[in-house]
Amino acid sequence: MQCTIRKRLAAEPEFSLDVDFEAPPGFTILFGASGAGKTTLLDCVAGLTTPDVARIMVSERVLFDSSSRVNIRVPQRRLGYVFQTLALFPHMTVEQNVCYGLKHLPASERKQRSAAALQAFRIAHLAGRNIRDISGGESQRTALARTLVTDPDVLLLDEPLAALDASTKSHIIDDLREWNRTHRIPILYVTHSREEVFALGERVILLDAGRIVAQGTPHEVMMAPTQETVAQLAGFENTFDCVIDAVLPERGTMMCRIAGEGAPMVLETPLVRGGVGMPMRVGVRAGDILLATSPPVGLSARNVIPGRIVSLDQRDVIISARVKCRVEMEVHLTIAARDSLQLEIGREVWLVIKTHSCHLMQKTS
Amino acid sequence: MAIDWQTLWLTLQLAFTVSVLLLLIGLPIAYWIAFSSWRWKFLVEAIVALPIVLPPTVLGFYVLVALGPRSPVGRWWISLTGHTLAFTFTGLVVGSIIYSLPFAVQPFATSFAAVDRKLIAASATLGASSLRTFLRVIAPLSASGLFAGAALSFAHTMGEFGVVLMVGGNIPGSTRTVSIDIYDRVQASDYVGANQTALVLLMLCFVLLTMVYSLNRRPPLLNSVK
Repeated sequence: MQCTIRKRLAAEPEFSLDVDFEAPPGFTILFGASGAGKTTLLDCVAGLTTPDVARIMVSERVLFDSSSRVNIRVPQRRLGYVFQTLALFPHMTVEQNVCYGLKHLPASERKQRSAAALQAFRIAHLAGRNIRDISGGESQRTALARTLVTDPDVLLLDEPLAALDASTKSHIIDDLREWNRTHRIPILYVTHSREEVFALGERVILLDAGRIVAQGTPHEVMMAPTQETVAQLAGFENTFDCVIDAVLPERGTMMCRIAGEGAPMVLETPLVRGGVGMPMRVGVRAGDILLATSPPVGLSARNVIPGRIVSLDQRDVIISARVKCRVEMEVHLTIAARDSLQLEIGREVWLVIKTHSCHLMQKTS
Repeated sequence: MAIDWQTLWLTLQLAFTVSVLLLLIGLPIAYWIAFSSWRWKFLVEAIVALPIVLPPTVLGFYVLVALGPRSPVGRWWISLTGHTLAFTFTGLVVGSIIYSLPFAVQPFATSFAAVDRKLIAASATLGASSLRTFLRVIAPLSASGLFAGAALSFAHTMGEFGVVLMVGGNIPGSTRTVSIDIYDRVQASDYVGANQTALVLLMLCFVLLTMVYSLNRRPPLLNSVK
């Protein structure tokens, strides 16, 4: 499947989607923070939202082309769409839901196809049950069966497994993979969970603010420095401008220099794509920093930074300490830690930061 | 016999005819109101709601004029059937439909709009046409609203007075309804008869509304669930 889609939304703040990608048969993961445009993209492919400028092709069939004014209506697009809310018909049984998309078939074939789908997703024993009387995992299976029984040309999945526990999730994913082995169609799978990316991914497309910022295998994409906006959503209390000072592939790390008062501060960070001298942003979560009251020894953590406490504030059950080293860092500790270390303003401390707690981000201009 | 059964029967016939016709006319209007994104939609909504606030005599007057031989509609009807619509049962039906329109359309539209849009989208992606989506998803999930609209227009038509008097006159067996009968009896100081007839009307409307509210309260086989 091939898509070029541009769509402006009048929403506040203004948002525009601008993507161009190809999705071969198999899983393609659309990964990004909420608000990155993942669902808007699926809605454009499905025809639920009309793009401004687009060309959408699925297996040689043009679904939408703004230049030749082609806009196939939703029911004729032959695609499967499993919504985040699943959208099962609440007034029908499991079997009636699964049969819903098969009305063009003769009754005997309908029966046979739905029975096969119920079997494939292990819900045959629930056929006569009401939608309200089945569990979350069973609802997900019903939604998948209802969509796949229609034999779509492309499958769109909008975080269909977000609400499930890990083991239910992996069982459903196994069944979906099994189905995909015999039905080689493109599956666009939207998620904002890193784990799902590595569990599913053959190919990942990383979306940020409506743009594709990286695509490739999960490893390639996840290694790339993420956009700062994504990182900020993940909540970094400490972010600094830095410059790559040295790339040390043999150690699997890099040295990044942060401009500080007097002399720069150097942090050892994970290896990402980028050369010496490249400007970046580095983010460290306040809860990922350890505090020591004497110089620690024998640690695996690569960054040990001396500093002095300049403020201590209690926020609910968390103590937020600001530590002045060459830059100022926010550190979160428990009340118990503050008391046992007898922390107070002015006290000399050492910050301990693991390499993998330093998150590198592309600098946004 | 105090109660005029012929009048009561005629009133029931009128109310039944009007609510069935309002189901047919009101459904498409309500569907359009619930799902259209036309920017001037509120104008149509205001027009549909007009009979709620308009004095029945005003509405009745205009309907009477429109049905009479001087209006194009009235002339067309006369050329078709040979007699005027005013002061006939059919004329009453026309007036009552306009008068009760909001009582059907508003509950219909409200219940359509309450159907989860994702269900409608899901139906479309599963290959269903708009009509099939309406019949299989929207209508079943708004059944209580459909019933409420039909019952309200039935009850409202049962009790109307001003429009009937203006359009229908007071012809026994043709346009004389229960509410006019009650008025006549009061005019003639027949308070016992008026009371008995009024009581029948009161009971009928009460039973109908009880059914509407009990159906709306019952959670639902047919209402949408989260």
